[in-house]
Amino acid sequence: MTGSRTHQGGIIDRNKTISFTFDGKRYQGHPGDTLASALLAQGVVLFGRSFKYHRPRGVMSAGVEEPNALVGVGTGGRYEPNTRATDLFIYEGLVAESQNRWPSLSFDLGAVIGLFGRFVPAGFYYKAFLGKPGLWKFYEYFIRRAAGLGQPPVEPDPDSYEHRAAFCDVLVVGAGPAGLAAALSASALGERVMLVEQDLVLGGGLIRDADSMEGLPAQAWITKALATLTERGVRILNRTTAIGYWDHDLLTLAQKLVEPGQAPEDGQAAQRLWRVRAKKVVLATGALERPLPFAGNDKPGVMLAQAVRTYVNRFGLTPGAKAVIATCTDDAYKTAFALADAGCEIVAILDSRSESPSEIVKAAVARFKVRFDTQILEAAGGPGGLTGITAEAGGQKLQLSCDLVAASGGFSPVAHLHMQAGGTLSWDEANGAFAPKTSRQNQVTVGAASGVDEANTSASGLTPPKAVDTKHSFVDFQNDVTLADIDLAWQEGYRSVEHVKRYTTLGMATDQGKTSNIVGLARLAALEGRPVPHVGLTTFRPPYTPTTLGLLAGHATGKHLAVIRRPPLFDLHTEQNPLWLPSGYWMRPRAYPRNAETLHAAALREARTVRQGVGWVDVSTLGKFEVAGPDAAAFLERVCATTVAKLAVGRGRYSFMLREDGIVMDDGTVWRIGPERYLLTSSTGGADRMSHHLAYVRQVLAPEMRVAIANVQEHWTGIAVAGPKAKTLLAQLAPDLDIPRHMSVARSQIAGVPVLILAASYSGERAFEIYAAGKDIVPVWQAIATQGTDHGGCAYGLEALEILRIEKGHVVVGGEIDGRTTPHDLGLDRMLNPKATYVGAPALQRPDLQSSAGRLRMVGLESETPIPEGSMLVSSIPGTPQGHVTGAGQRILEDGYVALAFLRDGSERLGEHLVAWSPSRGAKAPVSVVDPVFYDHEGARYRD
Amino acid sequence: MQLITCPHCGPRAQAEFEFDRAVESVLALDATEAEAVARLYRRENPKGWSWELWRHSAGCGVFLKLHRHTVTHEIAEVSLLDAAP
Ligand SMILES: [Zn+2]
Repeated sequence: MTGSRTHQGGIIDRNKTISFTFDGKRYQGHPGDTLASALLAQGVVLFGRSFKYHRPRGVMSAGVEEPNALVGVGTGGRYEPNTRATDLFIYEGLVAESQNRWPSLSFDLGAVIGLFGRFVPAGFYYKAFLGKPGLWKFYEYFIRRAAGLGQPPVEPDPDSYEHRAAFCDVLVVGAGPAGLAAALSASALGERVMLVEQDLVLGGGLIRDADSMEGLPAQAWITKALATLTERGVRILNRTTAIGYWDHDLLTLAQKLVEPGQAPEDGQAAQRLWRVRAKKVVLATGALERPLPFAGNDKPGVMLAQAVRTYVNRFGLTPGAKAVIATCTDDAYKTAFALADAGCEIVAILDSRSESPSEIVKAAVARFKVRFDTQILEAAGGPGGLTGITAEAGGQKLQLSCDLVAASGGFSPVAHLHMQAGGTLSWDEANGAFAPKTSRQNQVTVGAASGVDEANTSASGLTPPKAVDTKHSFVDFQNDVTLADIDLAWQEGYRSVEHVKRYTTLGMATDQGKTSNIVGLARLAALEGRPVPHVGLTTFRPPYTPTTLGLLAGHATGKHLAVIRRPPLFDLHTEQNPLWLPSGYWMRPRAYPRNAETLHAAALREARTVRQGVGWVDVSTLGKFEVAGPDAAAFLERVCATTVAKLAVGRGRYSFMLREDGIVMDDGTVWRIGPERYLLTSSTGGADRMSHHLAYVRQVLAPEMRVAIANVQEHWTGIAVAGPKAKTLLAQLAPDLDIPRHMSVARSQIAGVPVLILAASYSGERAFEIYAAGKDIVPVWQAIATQGTDHGGCAYGLEALEILRIEKGHVVVGGEIDGRTTPHDLGLDRMLNPKATYVGAPALQRPDLQSSAGRLRMVGLESETPIPEGSMLVSSIPGTPQGHVTGAGQRILEDGYVALAFLRDGSERLGEHLVAWSPSRGAKAPVSVVDPVFYDHEGARYRD
Repeated sequence: MQLITCPHCGPRAQAEFEFDRAVESVLALDATEAEAVARLYRRENPKGWSWELWRHSAGCGVFLKLHRHTVTHEIAEVSLLDAAP
């Protein structure tokens, strides 16, 4: 095959030249050229090596369906593998390389496997895995070297990607003649129209066929249509592919702002993802031509007939000098005329049909050698191009010399978006094609996508000649699946099309079987002796064409991957250079190490300071809700599993909330801050869930209640001050304050800032949670820190809080409250409201949740050695797990280690000796089962 | 991405809403243990039309009753809870 540029014609800009490299060699092309057309015009035949067999491959198509001419484009982080040379418009400085070849494209060692070795048959991988042990290891080395296509880039992508939303009355997908007509008529009615086209230019099949429209030459008609649409304000996006059709007429569009591998201008995105919600969608996505099944149909020089015509009429080049047209359609005859007019010799037109009454065929018979009832058996040639073909007619073999085969195996309407939108298809038996039938959403399909417009039957293209060599007749070119592979799957008992697909990998390459699925289905149907629709169809999944992951991520990369929530005291903490711990989206200090302390040493020092003097901790992120109204107490007794109504004004209590299934959901405190006004706190991580739950109870379960709820989590910023000196410190900070007793509320001012003080303790020491509005909190913290330091106090973080609460036996959401534990398991059952008015009460009546034998119950563990976090409890090693450790720490002022754990029937097993064993960490500790409160069991330290 | 028409806010993207539960799974506070088991664990899982509870969480916060098809995602009706059935 020797492609060459014609002297005129096409829509490339011949006055300008673009230079680029392919496999290191410099080439020229013109604006409007694809990489494929520019290389074909310069006589390049070989574009790459195939996936499994390293067979030489050239260009098959002129569009996004290309399975053969896949190249790597760009350099460094912009490198993009498996880019279709037919869907890549050249630019100055383009660097492209062929794939899957070693050491070079023309001399490829892997091809030796293809030539001499046994072809890797369907199901090879499964058989290698299931075969003799060790067989896979033997193959793996070779497979990893030989199989595959492009390599992914290893450097970070330097480009940015945008997301944009849009709305329109009519979204037209595809700007061929049908799409342009639809956009023209919709815009004439004053509708807001968007027109998207994956190609660089509008016109679709009009450019390929160079037909005339409404008395105008194709290009002139397109220019006029474009001007009209622009004048009417139609938003036209070229290089934009509708990749997905989702629920309720939402489509995602992938817009290329630069070509693959091309650097955008400074500050500009490389691609843009559109989410378009349309009132109506017009699918004018055209049809794709199918290859014919014959031996060597994958060789360089065998192309689709419409693609050949596109190269002649659009790109002004002839891909070969001597062409054979092989067809089952009238359409391919147009290619014969186009090639002949461009100076190419037409060796013969081979038509698998017996006749065709159409005008173009009559004209062709008069000008060319046309043979009916004739099919190609085999193409001969190699990496350098085709040398000829062997055909069969009525049992007679026929040899022809040629360097180009333009093949047409019929057409498949592009129904991908229609099917993603939930549409159905009908089978056109005569043309061997599925076409859209019914729509679920507001979509309509027009033009070639709505069905094959062939006067004559073209289904014969789906039936290969009887004498064909099936082992070399490719169906899925990108994954190297042959007719023989499908036959083998059938012989081995695969019947479901979904199974055959996975067993042979038919249609599973990046082209998703655009040119191969129907050919494969037809083969299965023939084997089964049933019509194609009975074989079934595999699912059409987005995206329609391969999509860069960066486009889907948009700005959500690196630091922008997830929200970071910084509490109002974040900057003050930063000055002390703490270790941070993300708590949900919140950033919270874990410890404030001094002089290169380890986390453990810092946390222990901080905890000792709390036990012996005073410490302060940022508790701003706790969930906080104000509940107010005449029915506030009754409402809270629906949410909280404890009593609430008995609380006096100014008093608070510990409480917990259940899910509807009786499992503990969260815990916190309830404070009566006014006669009909309460403050409810919950865990940091559970705050959003609690907000939803309160709304559910309020709106769905108790709509009659006169109560209002405000989420005040981010209004109230809090600092807990804890330790034996906390009361003294508070008295200094707020001299006029009548210090509230444990579980009481007070209001005062600290550093001139109004504060709400809740005397509650999580650490086990006398403690006060001091709340102020977020914007006012900084001077409060500074005052506490300044005067607290004079008392030998320090700030403490989450790690100290953790060992303090474990020693005190306090549970935590995410630790002991893990979505499996009941109030009974946690030892909280005595606090349950006997009136049982709360959410979860009905399900909690189930005997298994009450006190049945065998449940995991919370216990404490003691040991002289560190107890591994998350370890299992066994009688001896190795042994059957009887429980697990949920929180491990140590005694803060004494020697010894403690932990909270869940143990089968645990509360009845105090005094037993077990082993806490973590095989994954290689750690163990002998433990004694004890009561889970290790410190101040009587609560004496809360009392003044 | 479904489009849900909130009676307060108009047609809004699904991302603003949270699915809560099937209406059948709403358990009255004074339900019996048997009702709890039936509604929480033995409810229908229809392939087809379903009454569902959604919340416009990132909008007005209201709970809504949707009549929605679980296969096609068609939404036949969206109503406030206190609206007449
Ligand atoms: Zn709303």
